[in-house]
Order: sequence, then C-alpha cells, then structure tokens
Amino acid sequence: MIQVKNVHKSFGKLEVLKGIDCWVAPRQVVCIIGPSGSGKSTLLRCINQLETVNSGQIIIDKEEVTSPKIDINKIRQQVGMVFQLFNLFPHKTTLENITMGPIKIQGKSKDEAESIANELLRKVGLMDKSAVYPNQLSGGQKQRVAIARALAMQPKVMLFDEPTSALDPEMVGEVLEVMKALAHEGMTMMVVTHEMGFAREVGHRVVFMDEGVIMEEGSPAQIFDNPHNARTQSFLSKVL
Amino acid sequence: MSLIAVPLTLGSDFISSLQAINGLQVVSKHMPYLLEGALLTLYITTLSVIFGMILGLITGLCKMSKNRILFGVATGYIDFFRGTPLYVQILLLYFGILPLFMDAGPFIAAVIACSLNSGAYIAEIVRAGIQAVDRGQMEAARSLGMTNRQAMTYVILPQAYKIVIPPLLNEFIAVLKDTSLVAVISAEELTLRGKLLYSTFFEAAWIWGTVALIYFIMTKTLALLGDYIERRMATE
Repeated sequence: MIQVKNVHKSFGKLEVLKGIDCWVAPRQVVCIIGPSGSGKSTLLRCINQLETVNSGQIIIDKEEVTSPKIDINKIRQQVGMVFQLFNLFPHKTTLENITMGPIKIQGKSKDEAESIANELLRKVGLMDKSAVYPNQLSGGQKQRVAIARALAMQPKVMLFDEPTSALDPEMVGEVLEVMKALAHEGMTMMVVTHEMGFAREVGHRVVFMDEGVIMEEGSPAQIFDNPHNARTQSFLSKVL
Repeated sequence: MSLIAVPLTLGSDFISSLQAINGLQVVSKHMPYLLEGALLTLYITTLSVIFGMILGLITGLCKMSKNRILFGVATGYIDFFRGTPLYVQILLLYFGILPLFMDAGPFIAAVIACSLNSGAYIAEIVRAGIQAVDRGQMEAARSLGMTNRQAMTYVILPQAYKIVIPPLLNEFIAVLKDTSLVAVISAEELTLRGKLLYSTFFEAAWIWGTVALIYFIMTKTLALLGDYIERRMATE
C-alpha cells in the first residue's frame, strides 16, 4: 500500500532522512519507533507531502506521490493524518470538524456528512460531544475527534504522528483503544509512537529509526525480544 | 495717569470677556456647519476603511503568495504607501495622477488616497493575523485534502479575523484622524471647515478646541465600540 524508496530529505544543511526504504502492506499496522530527532515524524510527513522529499520515491496505492504531476489533494483525501497536537479547528464544533472535509472537499450533502460523523463519533465514544467546541474537550477527547475527522474522508491509509505524546498519562489509554479498534477493522496504519506496549501488541511490523536511517525492522517479537542492532538494544533498554 | 490706567485695564478685561462670549457664540452658531464637516469626515473614513479592507485583504494574501509577481506588486504597493507621507500621497493623487484618468472631485480623491493608504496598513494587519494562526491548522486542513484556497477560506481566515479585529479598529481610528489631511485638496471635512470658520472669525481657541473635541468624541466612540466587540468575542 505504501512504498518508500531511497528517500532523502534535508532541512538546509541538516540531513534528516538519509535514504529510507520501507513499505506498508494493505491492512498492516507498521509502528515506527526511535529517539527524538531520528526523522520518524519527517518520514510520516513526507508520505502525505506535508514535506517534499529531496530525492527518492514514495508510492501510495500505485500512485507516485513524489511525482510533480500528481494531484496531491486527491491523494491526501485517501491518506488520513493524526497529529501530535490534534490541530482541531477551534472555531468549529466537534461535529463540524468532522463534517467539514466530506462537505467542502467531497461535496457530500450536510445530511450525509452528519450521518457519517455521528457514526464515527459513536465509534470513538463521543456521541454526547457533537455540539461542543474543541476547547471544552480534554486532550484525549480532542485526539479521538481528530481521528474521527481523518476517518470521515474514508481514507485507505491512516498516518499517526505521535498521537499520544501530548496527552496526560490517564488519557493515553482511550486514544490507543480507538486506534486498536481501527487496526482490528483492518485499516492500513503507519504509527510513529513512543508507546512500546501498543507497538508490540498492535503492530504487525516495527521499524526502528535513528539518525535518519532505518536501523532495524521486523516483527514486534523480533525487535523487542531479540534486537540485533546495538542501537536498537540501547534505545529499548532506555525506554522499556 | 492712574486715572486713565484703571479704566484701561478694566476695559481690556471687559473686551476679553466679550471675546470669550463671542467665541462661544461663533462656535454654537456654526455648530451645524462643523458637524456637517464631521459627517463628511465619517463618510471618507468609512468608505476608506471598507475599500482599505478589501485592498488590504487582497494584498495581504499576495504578500504571502509564492507567486513572485503577486508578491512583488504587493510589496511595492505596501512599501510605497507606508513609506511616504499621506499628505504627499494626497497631493500626488489629486493633482498629479487622478487628472490623467478622470475628473475626480476632492471627495473622490480623498477617498481614493485614504483607501490606498489604509489598504497598505491593513495588508500588514491581515498578514500578521494569518501568520498568527497556528501552522498546524493549515497542515490539518491540507492533510484532509483541501486546496490552499479551501484551507484559507474555511480554516485560516475564520480564525484570523478574530485576531485582526482589534488592530483593525485602531486603524479605523487612525484613518479618521488622518482624513484631516485631505483639507489640503479642499475636501470640506471637519478640519477644513474649522479652518474656514477660523479665517472668518479668528476665534482660534474656541474653533480649534471645538474641532478637536468633535474628533475626540468620534474616536472615543470608536474605541469604546472596539472594547465592546473585544469583550464580546472573549466571552464567545
């Protein structure tokens, strides 16, 4: 579903991605772990072209998104993204946050969009919050709305950029539960996370990144129980 | 000597008290004349701010555009109108440029000059307002698949406008005061009417004091209105 081929990305003189190759199969959950500054988020942001790559190819569902000819807005509709800081639209209610994409981008009717939104709100357990503005929601609730907002576009792939890193500890669980349910439904997901428990339990494959390269990848059992790379070993010994 | 001096001092006191009454009479008698001028001041101000907002929104957006031509035109416009005195701009437009295109009276010229001038300031207000909206908002909108224009329309501008309202009201007040400069092209607004009154009656303190008071009442009203709007938005 997603293929990343030899991607390089620099910010000025700082090379953040130094030749990344990886892939995500349909219905697969790939978790990317690694220390901060290792390029995990940048890789994710390159995939939906929030950052443009310097060289290399990224292909999503047979379409090369790194090609200059591509209509990136079309591609992005199929690639949901969830941010660390939620980025809900503060001037819109929960319901409007979710219906905005389907109405304004896909041209759905208000009724249709609202029935999709209500279904999603039920799924993330926030039926009672539909008329509320984001500033009245807790962090965990905001992130669940953000997930629902991304899902409303009926994407083929979901990208999660450290979705629980900005949350109070007691709210991490509710967001991970929603993501877990999504994974069980067969959503293709790429998750940058520091939640090792989640990566181990939900991830089909785990990718360890450090200093702009993929150091090691494999099944969760392989990475967590029997890491080969010295960097992986030292990172895991610090976080586990 | 002292006999003469006493009535003389008495006399000058008497005359100055007469003058005071005269000044009051002049001002109160010609109050409608001044208020008509104030009305014209308000007209010029309101029209200039409306056109200035349209211009400012467009050029503010152009200033952030990646298109080099749009960026260049917007930058040149903003730099020129912020970098030269409004007084000179009014003279240049009225006597130098407008006659080439149309037969514009002082009123139209005044509105055009003030609109162009305030547009340049409002452009910077708009740009600052847009840039004050969190970058994550644009990313979230674009990641849903919105075009840049859709993201601006539905996500960024509705948030920027709240940030922009307080400085915009300040600009409104600044324009109101600046319109006094159009007196130079004989647009009969408040300042020019004050000047005309003064040249007839020479009651400087009374006439200019009244003119100042009328300006002050207008700007204070706008400032209070601004406070009210700000408070209402804060509770929203």
